[in-house]
Amino acid sequence: MSAQSVGSSPRRGGGYGRVTGHQEYLADIKLPDMLHVKLVTLDVARARINSIDVSEAESLPGVAFVMTAADLPDPMPRFGPQFQDRPVIADGETKYHGEPVAAVAAETKDAAEEGARRVKVDYEKLEGGIFNVTDALAPDAVLVQDPSLRGDSPFAQTNVIDEKRFGWGDIEAQESDLVVEDNFQFPMVTHFAIEPHGFMAAPTGDGIEIWSTIQHPYLLQKIMAKMLQLPLSKVRVHAPDPGGGFGGKQIPKFEPLVAFMALRAGRPVRLVLTLDETFQQVRRSSAEIRIRAGFTSEGALTFMDVETNFLVGAYVDIADRVVSKSSYAAAGPYRIPAVKIIGRTIVSHTTPSTAFRGFGIPQIGWARESLIDEAALQLGMDRLEIRLLNLARYKEAFIPMEEADGDWEQTVRTAAKRIGWGDPLPPNRGRGIAVGLKSGPTTGLSYSTVRLLYDGSAMVYAGTSDMGQGARTIFAQIASDELGVPVEQISVVMGDTAVVPYDQQTSASRSSVLMGTAVQRACFDIQGKVRAMAAELYGVDEAAIKIDSGNLLLPDRDVAIVDAMQQALAPLGGEVIGNGEMRKQKDPNHPLGGTAAFFEFNCTASEVEVDMETGHVTLVKHVTVGDVGRSLNPQQVTAQDDGAAIQGLGHTLMEHYIFDDEGRIRNIGAIDYRILTSMDLPLEMHSESIENADGPGPYGIKGVSEGSLLVTAPAVAAAVREATGVLIRDLPLTPQRVWEALQEAKDGS
Amino acid sequence: MNETLTIRTTINGRKRTIDVAVNHTLLDVLRDDIDLTGTKECCVVGECGACTVIVDGRPMNSCLMLAVEIDGKEVTTVEGLELDGELSALQAAFLDESAAQCGFCIPGQLMSATALLAENPDPSVEEVQEGLAGNLCRCAGYEQITKAVLAAAKGVPR
Repeated sequence: MSAQSVGSSPRRGGGYGRVTGHQEYLADIKLPDMLHVKLVTLDVARARINSIDVSEAESLPGVAFVMTAADLPDPMPRFGPQFQDRPVIADGETKYHGEPVAAVAAETKDAAEEGARRVKVDYEKLEGGIFNVTDALAPDAVLVQDPSLRGDSPFAQTNVIDEKRFGWGDIEAQESDLVVEDNFQFPMVTHFAIEPHGFMAAPTGDGIEIWSTIQHPYLLQKIMAKMLQLPLSKVRVHAPDPGGGFGGKQIPKFEPLVAFMALRAGRPVRLVLTLDETFQQVRRSSAEIRIRAGFTSEGALTFMDVETNFLVGAYVDIADRVVSKSSYAAAGPYRIPAVKIIGRTIVSHTTPSTAFRGFGIPQIGWARESLIDEAALQLGMDRLEIRLLNLARYKEAFIPMEEADGDWEQTVRTAAKRIGWGDPLPPNRGRGIAVGLKSGPTTGLSYSTVRLLYDGSAMVYAGTSDMGQGARTIFAQIASDELGVPVEQISVVMGDTAVVPYDQQTSASRSSVLMGTAVQRACFDIQGKVRAMAAELYGVDEAAIKIDSGNLLLPDRDVAIVDAMQQALAPLGGEVIGNGEMRKQKDPNHPLGGTAAFFEFNCTASEVEVDMETGHVTLVKHVTVGDVGRSLNPQQVTAQDDGAAIQGLGHTLMEHYIFDDEGRIRNIGAIDYRILTSMDLPLEMHSESIENADGPGPYGIKGVSEGSLLVTAPAVAAAVREATGVLIRDLPLTPQRVWEALQEAKDGS
Repeated sequence: MNETLTIRTTINGRKRTIDVAVNHTLLDVLRDDIDLTGTKECCVVGECGACTVIVDGRPMNSCLMLAVEIDGKEVTTVEGLELDGELSALQAAFLDESAAQCGFCIPGQLMSATALLAENPDPSVEEVQEGLAGNLCRCAGYEQITKAVLAAAKGVPR
């Protein structure tokens, strides 16, 4: 019998390549005879393109050609996961700072870069650019998107893509002893995956091959097949493990552009963005949140009223789903008699926002948890107690069609204990606590094939993208336990639509639960086949053979699945192949199209010390506790939690785009946009898991990768407030912002 | 065509004579000319550390060095850390501590850590954090990376 793998932390699948430099990321792949592409962009957000002169660029040695909108089909092909609004390349007008207007293909990178400098774009800057919510909603606002692209949307003549309205009960009918209301803002931040995005394409005669740093290879395959009018079978997508994704690599960006260029060249082409270019292509949606809530004098919530305006950027990408999903859970994990929620998706002349870890929840959670603290203050209640009082209990229906799927009280109490809630504080110190809740996937479809090879090793095929979360390891652990094959003898194959069966996507912390179930079912399929083989081999009734942890339990003895397989397949050898499928169907009655497969629930608690002279915030201690069902690989769960927490501390303390008044990002790149380094960590950091095996995935697991950044900001800001007495309603909490708030409080008192 | 110069250098123990474009960085040459793609390209302004290599014992951002500058010098990249098929103590510790997540920053982290331990074989937590402060990790495995470096420092030297 093999040792139980689930619940242990074997070395990471793909780890060897990652520590030796042999891991092949997209930019490490060279295609024979490939052309290099460089984008041409303008140093302006909104401009009319009058003409583009490519003659000088095309006359340079090494430059093959320059692609502009004029070289693409008319009308311009457009694409997107929700709306077909993103053009292959800017068509007549740029809508954000960094939107490409031309692309140069050349024999070398140097020639492509030189060519890009020689492309002459005659353009005029257009007034009326929309860079904030107020301007976007003004009655005379310039329309970011052409109304003809908006179909029959009632909002087509505005910059609002859609308005989501959710809620229950009648908020006006509730009696409250206290009503609190406030406004909060959340800035634009970028994913900053250390691997910049990259794209390659090669024509194959009757089809095309695409390479991309994408998280969703099958979505890309579908979009490319439709755009090029090819059968899916002729569009092969290679998706090497992304070097960090965080949501930013979910949705296709420049794959269609490189595909058209490869078809024109009849040769492979490659475009690898610089980090600076990546900054201009992906970000988190900013938000302005107005929130109001009522309470009884005992602290029970009577109603909540949340209105969020998300500024999503020039093209919708997946942002409208960010708005609906986060808005639906806006009221959080609380028991509230009446709730009214409005969420608006608003376009602007800024970088298109996309999925980003937390999927809209960090924005709304920032406002909601800060408001709960204000209520506690006004009621003279403890900030922990007011949360415990209102928290939905296990199995309690707290949102229409959804119930609490974990012991959230245990999670909160654990975090409170860890942070030392209630212990005396030294001067200039404060603590904060906040709870966050995010819906897992609402639909899902994952297929897996597992091959049990004759020598007793195994191969798992799974269309998940392993971008650092460690999906390879998780799937190998599941197969190891189900088949009795040591983890190190299992290879997990991903990232090639010609080889690996369909998976909907790698997002919403779904893969361990959904693909994990498909992998487990594929192993069950193998178990069944080997059991049938063993029944014949040993002359036993199939029904009399039970299966446990990689073994067949015969009436008189146990036989390892691997041994039975080898005996049955001798002397020719061969293998046993299993298939598994996990389908989470749509629910047309659910406002989101399906119930949450699970909730990610996290309690975050922080202790800070504030330098009253400089406004600098020192993180003394930071605690995150997640309700994970079961920690399938404790080391990886901790790594995900720590990583999410640190990313959350980034948008809490230092990260934000800074714009000039023309909509240009002024802090592009690693020098001017800071993320946490090893010197910026909390002095003490803890992540902990609550494990009650109450999740829907294999062995009772839930998804885990986002919880620890859902409410980082309100926990830290609450600690700053306790330390200083000042309430800050905008992020990040830079020393300057804290210092200004301190001065304002001083002047006002 | 770009002007080129011939340089003589030792990379991962192997003596090489290479014609390099005078305007190309060491990072360009490693990745594009001699296919040592383990060294990663990210910010190209010397802030992220993904392209860190060791030149004559010192950790350097290869995106900030012209390739011609390594003429006569000795360069170690992540591909040079394994010795006779054996992972270095640091590489093994990175695996044991799950310090490599997406892995993209890891070659740079390993090179900075290798240089750090060569200089200071028994660093404190703070010294490790300071020594690796120039290597960004967006998966933010800083705690795991620090633990791995400390574990490797305590291990038996290779």
